[in-house]
Amino acid sequence: MLDIRDLRRQGLAAAVSFKLQAGECLGVRGPSGAGKSLLLRAIADLDPSDGHVSWQGQERGQMPAPDWRKIVGYLPAEPGWWADRVGDHFQNWAVLLPLVTRLGLPADAEHWPVTRPSTGERMRLAFLRALERAPKLLLLDEPTAALDAKSVAIVEEIVAERRRDQGLAVIWVSHDPEQSRRVSSRVLQVEQGRAWEEGAV
Amino acid sequence: MEGPGLSYIALSNGDLLLASLLVLANAALSLALDLGLHKRLFMASVRMVVQLFLMGMVLTTLFRLLSPWLTGLAVVVMVGFAGREVAERQERRLLGWWSYGLGTGSMMLAAVLVTVLALTSALRPEPWYDPRYALPLLGMILGNTMTGVSLGLNSLTNGLYLRRAAVEARLMLGEDRRTAFAPVVRQSLRQALMPIINVMSATGVVSIPGMMTGQILGGVPPQEAVKYQIMILFLIAGGVGLGALAAVYGGAWALSDARHRLRLDRLGTPKA
Repeated sequence: MLDIRDLRRQGLAAAVSFKLQAGECLGVRGPSGAGKSLLLRAIADLDPSDGHVSWQGQERGQMPAPDWRKIVGYLPAEPGWWADRVGDHFQNWAVLLPLVTRLGLPADAEHWPVTRPSTGERMRLAFLRALERAPKLLLLDEPTAALDAKSVAIVEEIVAERRRDQGLAVIWVSHDPEQSRRVSSRVLQVEQGRAWEEGAV
Repeated sequence: MEGPGLSYIALSNGDLLLASLLVLANAALSLALDLGLHKRLFMASVRMVVQLFLMGMVLTTLFRLLSPWLTGLAVVVMVGFAGREVAERQERRLLGWWSYGLGTGSMMLAAVLVTVLALTSALRPEPWYDPRYALPLLGMILGNTMTGVSLGLNSLTNGLYLRRAAVEARLMLGEDRRTAFAPVVRQSLRQALMPIINVMSATGVVSIPGMMTGQILGGVPPQEAVKYQIMILFLIAGGVGLGALAAVYGGAWALSDARHRLRLDRLGTPKA
């Protein structure tokens, strides 16, 4: 279980607290610039923050940051690439192949130069990259904003499977209220640096 | 400088005036072509002349006094100015004490270490801190180390800023800051060392280095001047390498924290 108590950071006006069970998905909604990404970055420990964050009773501050980030996967709205070849960003492309094809990516995308994929393809590749490390908690920042309806459905489907089969906990930022309702049972509303949870949808 | 066997043609102030006509010609060109450089050209020339004449006076005094303390003070002043220069040349400066301290510290470490090494092992003047050797040597090493340190730091801060998404992507996959920063760090060190590598490859073919020129004009046989030049270039390469290493790794340290985060909040906004 993810337990967040009094999480404070620069850019967020008020402390955030919530709990999230394994396999659960929390939708995050709110206007642009409200602090949704700031919240995800604070949970990922990419920016300094105060308060308590723990997974299965293990306090984040008690473990080395790289260990925490192996538990937590984060797909930012603009994912970064450090190598020249697409395949160099993955541990084992062959193992991922079924997911690659399912997401509508060509099997040989591994050999592409990293400049080649379109925005939508890049988003799906980054999604794959985050899944590959088998995180326990997945932070998604508008993962389907640049995708067509079919790809959106597949991404939602894959996340649902992981939640069911592996107990993956998900925090999903989306601008689409329909999508929030589809993928999550609970919604965190973020506005002007304040976050509160809406009653069960 | 009237050692036995040394002969050189002394310059009169009139000779300098004649050479300065070339700068005036440049200024005229700038005016004619509307380059807007004439003011800066003029200021730089005036600074150069004043600074060098002052330096001549200071060196004369220091050479005569032969005091370790005053020589040390001169070293501190030189490194201090170099540190300011490095900070000025940064597009994005580290905030607070770091912006000035990191460059100064790296150069102090590298240039002074290399100079002292050369003075106590290869040159061995008596006493070893004899300012006649120590200060020109430090000046040459420091000048090049300054270029290396400022290029390296600039490349590091720009690289981390522009490639922040790539760096954080790796951090997010559970890699430590060393691994995540490695491509940027490597590129920054390359940037820092490239000038001295270029100088070493081109020297003797394309250019005759300034120090060697000076010695030859001063009457030193070319063979001897060459040996000095080779040693100086090795020392410079050593100083640049050491300084850049300290500055780039120090900068990477300053822009990350113990939780392996990229701390761009410790970086100022670029100068206009």
